[in-house]
Amino acid sequence: MRAAVIVFPGSNCDRDMAVALRAAGADVQMVWHKDASLPEGIDLVAVPGGFSFGDYLRCGAIAAQSPICQAVVGHAARGGYVLGVCNGFQVLTETGLLPGALMRNANLKFVCKTTDLKVETSASAFTEGYNAGDTVGFPVAHHDGNYTVDDATLTALRGEDRIAFTYGDNPNGSIAGIAGVLSENRRVLGMMPHPERAVDEGHGGTDGQALFRGLIGQLATA
Amino acid sequence: MKARVYVMLKNGVLDPQGEAVRHALGTLGFDGVEGVRQGKVIELDLAAGTSEATIEQMCEKLLANTVIESYRIEVL
Repeated sequence: MRAAVIVFPGSNCDRDMAVALRAAGADVQMVWHKDASLPEGIDLVAVPGGFSFGDYLRCGAIAAQSPICQAVVGHAARGGYVLGVCNGFQVLTETGLLPGALMRNANLKFVCKTTDLKVETSASAFTEGYNAGDTVGFPVAHHDGNYTVDDATLTALRGEDRIAFTYGDNPNGSIAGIAGVLSENRRVLGMMPHPERAVDEGHGGTDGQALFRGLIGQLATA
Repeated sequence: MKARVYVMLKNGVLDPQGEAVRHALGTLGFDGVEGVRQGKVIELDLAAGTSEATIEQMCEKLLANTVIESYRIEVL
């Protein structure tokens, strides 16, 4: 299973993401944002957390216009898998691969702590390692994680079982407590919490391992 | 030519930053501030003859996130 981790100026979770993917058995390549194409044979693209382009204009807005993002959109259009975490989630909403937008946290504070999440669906390659209803602990670290969508889209997300994770305590004011959403074909996941920061005993928890192992297991047999 | 683009959160989208500013004004003793909305002003220095339609494309593609923001263009 081959994975690419996109690196923007200001990415700071790219190496953590690569470590988590490698630990789960993926062959990982780092890809610079100025590249106009992905390496051959990539199964999964991971868009990591950080502060791409200094969060100028809006979080993820400039990154979404970078050459590599056109390639990522093409990869998704061909049915490829994409995982966006934190700033990566913001980038994916800005490219239009995922619906909605991430606004400033409702309490205006940067929130940095481990949060309890509820797994809302196990029907995706990303979440098949969990049972729906499971509680997992993933760290969050963001200032702009307040997810919003219009009512019609929220109804669609619910109806199509595309809400992947919700917060136990909703630390940022997200609509319906949404922490992560899937694309229509269930192959693109965006989430604010960091599963890659919960894969080693040294992290204080390993609840993220099932996400990477499940994903890589599925893609390896695909 | 110059143009100015005003980007605001859409009506109905809660603006926590505007709300914080409203509170701070109240703390300073300015009574009667019933609402504050905070947005952005972007000034563009453009080649002569740039059409308003082109500026609109700039807004749609980058300057505003039309999921949550509205924009207004002022050609100067």
